[in-house]
Amino acid sequence: MTAVAAVSTFFYRRQTLAVYLLLVPPLLWFGTVYLGSLFALLAQSFYSIDEFTATIVRKLTLKTYVQLFTQPANLDIVVRTGTMAIAVTIAAAVVAFPIANYMARYARGRMKAFFYVAVMLPMWTSYLVKVYAWRLILAKEGILNWFLTAFGLDGVLEALLRAPGIGGPSLASSYLGMFIVFVYMWLPYMILPIAAALERVPGSLLSASADLGATPAQTFWRVTLPLALPGVAAGSIFTFSLTLGDYIIPSVVGAPGYFIGMMVYQQQGTAGNIPLAAAFSVVPILLITIYLMLARRAGAFDAL
Amino acid sequence: MRSSRAWDSPSISARVAAWAGIVFLHAPVAIIVLYAFTTEDRTYDFPPPGLTLRWFALAFERSDIWASLRLSLGVASLATLLALVLGTLAAFALARSRIRAKDALTILFVLPIALPGIITGIALLAAMKLAGIDPSFWTIVAGHATFCIVIVYNNVVARLRRLPQSWIEASMDLGADTWQTFRRILLPQVATALLAGGMLAFALSFDEIIVTIFTAGHERTLPIWFFNELFRPRERPITNVVAVIVIAVTLVPILMAYYLTRPAAERD
Repeated sequence: MTAVAAVSTFFYRRQTLAVYLLLVPPLLWFGTVYLGSLFALLAQSFYSIDEFTATIVRKLTLKTYVQLFTQPANLDIVVRTGTMAIAVTIAAAVVAFPIANYMARYARGRMKAFFYVAVMLPMWTSYLVKVYAWRLILAKEGILNWFLTAFGLDGVLEALLRAPGIGGPSLASSYLGMFIVFVYMWLPYMILPIAAALERVPGSLLSASADLGATPAQTFWRVTLPLALPGVAAGSIFTFSLTLGDYIIPSVVGAPGYFIGMMVYQQQGTAGNIPLAAAFSVVPILLITIYLMLARRAGAFDAL
Repeated sequence: MRSSRAWDSPSISARVAAWAGIVFLHAPVAIIVLYAFTTEDRTYDFPPPGLTLRWFALAFERSDIWASLRLSLGVASLATLLALVLGTLAAFALARSRIRAKDALTILFVLPIALPGIITGIALLAAMKLAGIDPSFWTIVAGHATFCIVIVYNNVVARLRRLPQSWIEASMDLGADTWQTFRRILLPQVATALLAGGMLAFALSFDEIIVTIFTAGHERTLPIWFFNELFRPRERPITNVVAVIVIAVTLVPILMAYYLTRPAAERD
């Protein structure tokens, strides 16, 4: 037996020891770089900034959180971001479902492979390039306006943009435009888990439902949809979490109102107020934790 | 076998909705490619008044773009390398083990992609400020490696779990020692998953902006260069060209990763 073989046999016989040894380097990395940073973030959120000298006071205090939760402008930001995340999640699920259903149920062989690649490619295509593309598309003289005008629908768009709350001077600077971009960006993250959940639904169930006299619509509402819900829940974790934390999209395509991510970005940057930025970033962590617990109940983790 | 009953063939509307979805997903990328060739350099006029290759030549001469491209490629290579080592170790440790901390560790190893990128970014920055570390090439790599590890880990763990335990037992029953079994059975099975994980990690790192902004300081990776240009609209044609370059650089590893990990049913 060679030396290598002897060593590998030694570890094969002591698997628990081998597992712990294998874990040492990745755990060292995660423990210091990642968990260490998360604790630093938490610590910073309990520090405060001295208004006069603009330096960070390294003494534990709740001052920054009080500032976060008592200023109405800050609360508006939290509510605005949460509302957008929920709206985007619902819309993404509605748009994703027919695509996922078709991929999982009807497409076969090469066609199925084509659909999976066609959904996966845009997901992995450069995030920034896609955001930039939407800026071109939504611009006043851009392609969407050109199409709408060509089909005589520009009046509809103008009416939508006049609507309070979602409108703005153009799609590129309105909540409606931002919403469209968010839905587009996270759509594949919703399609893939739903498709995975639908792939696991046995055809015989749908066949049985039809044999027992259900119409296609009844089969959809009573059989397909309930079985796909874990997939929807899994996808919604991504759409919800990604929307909550994003700061690029609201600053590139968007209305004047601030979002959590933008606040974090701005407070750490120009304002130099790391404690407030840290406290702001604790909000999405809390929201996502609550969301994960709800999603777990819906079976999302089995569908990931 | 399936019969061709009513529930088994898609209605026209199901077909149209699915294809419309695919078009929706791809149109923006196609439009960017089109705009890279437009002769119009001030507005986003559609349709483009004419097509030209001039902007590619201009972009090619820009030293700032080359510098950013080199930086991004360097960061992505190093982050991928780190991720391959650490992600594989974690995957081999956790794929089949029954240690008590397994569930907690599994959550820990996917946390960097489950939480929004901005959290990783601001957390790294908060830690750097506390520890007095200045942003540099190395802090960018550290940030990227953290989420790249997750990608490699996921790919390798999925492959290891699909690998039947009986293959390993059969190999040993036939007289191979543990090293030979690892070398001849385990490694060839995992190799493509490793390669695919590495490709995806590279693509992800090359394109990353959300975490990078917090850890980069004055360094300008290609995505940071791109992000700055978005607010400086004078250089639109060059920005369009760089967008096409970024699409091309990430497309190759992604398609290769898909090809390496596609399910057996799609191979013919």
